[in-house]
Amino acid sequence: MKAFLFSLLALVVISVGANQILVRMEDAGAIGSTTSVNARVD
Amino acid sequence: MLRILAMISLFWAVALVPATAQEVADDARAATGGAQTLEDILRRQEGLKMDDSFRSDLTGDPDAAAASTDQLGTLGGASDPDLWRGLRYNAADVSTQGRGPAATTLIQDGGMWWLSFREGLLLSFGAYLMGGTLLALGLFYLVRGRIRIDGEKTGRSITRFKAFERFGHWLLATSFLILGATGLITLFGRKFLIPVFGPESFSTIAVGSKWVHNNISWAFIVALVIIFVVWVVHNIPDRTDLRWMAKAGGLFGGEHPPAKKFNAGQKLIFWSVIILGGSIAASGLSLLFPFEFNLFGHTFSTLNSWGVPGWFGAGDLPYPLQPQEEMQYTQLWHAIVSFVLLAIIFAHIYLGSVGMEGAFDAMGKGEVEEQWAREHHSIWAEETLGAKQSKEGGA
Repeated sequence: MKAFLFSLLALVVISVGANQILVRMEDAGAIGSTTSVNARVD
Repeated sequence: MLRILAMISLFWAVALVPATAQEVADDARAATGGAQTLEDILRRQEGLKMDDSFRSDLTGDPDAAAASTDQLGTLGGASDPDLWRGLRYNAADVSTQGRGPAATTLIQDGGMWWLSFREGLLLSFGAYLMGGTLLALGLFYLVRGRIRIDGEKTGRSITRFKAFERFGHWLLATSFLILGATGLITLFGRKFLIPVFGPESFSTIAVGSKWVHNNISWAFIVALVIIFVVWVVHNIPDRTDLRWMAKAGGLFGGEHPPAKKFNAGQKLIFWSVIILGGSIAASGLSLLFPFEFNLFGHTFSTLNSWGVPGWFGAGDLPYPLQPQEEMQYTQLWHAIVSFVLLAIIFAHIYLGSVGMEGAFDAMGKGEVEEQWAREHHSIWAEETLGAKQSKEGGA
């Protein structure tokens, strides 16, 4: 039971931690949206 | 006189009717001014192949352009319809401020097959596979019943999995089930949840599911690595697996074939989780960071160079792929492999809980009844009990 509860805790910690890292990387411009298009046809 | 007139009318009727299908199509096309005909539209709606070169080749002719000083010369020989056709067939010279790899593909006409597959066959495949698996397990339960411990229980227990092994298992299990549920919401939501909850409520559910799915994926990857490192040694196939398979693991009665820490069935589950789970993780990362990884273009190119499609009488696989096509193939692969793994895991959950007496204790408490161990993992049980006795004897 303890192993299961620890796994749930790890699940939350890893998920939130990964999210925070990705958000900071996106804010820093290291990763991010490539879908913003302002097109011009020549 | 009337007879003569009737014969002349009949002659013209017979002479004019047998025009070829091509002539009819050409006439129909001419009647639309070179645009699509009703037949073209119907063929497209039915998903039939059609020669659309009358559109794809008609993307403007700069050589025929009027000088820019003249009237109508500003587009360089291409009218607005020519321009839109050029965009549709990726023939237009587009520049964008956004420098992403997919930024210059403004219309991806080839994506329609993906959309119809995703909305139709993929959902049917997933529903039938998961529903069929649950039905088969239900029938198995009705026929076979719960697999009981045959011998008399000893009242003694034996350590089956250490805390770290159980931690890794539950991290993988909970993350996979949450990923499965949120993935299904994303895939089936538009068709089945919007009619129930309405678009606004579903929007909240979908946004939440996406956040959870994207972020819990990291826990799944970590758990996959833990499980692989901890259990790979015990999952290398050997001769005992052949004997176990020959007797179907004793699932349908009869004697229990000998097995080590993991029997052949568990090894199949392990390698399914590692290979399919690894593939789901790889395709998931590709979806999480769009256009960064080209998993399918390179694969298709390699398969073509080996002539693999020809073995099945098929033509070359498409290559190169547009960035959007990469993502479309990745999305389908991610979903199809996930469905297969979900079906396998359903069977695993069944046998690890209601399907077999004493099995859940292995992951629940980490300890199993000694008799259970002797019946289902006799080689491992003998080794473990022998080591335990010699340790106690030594002490």
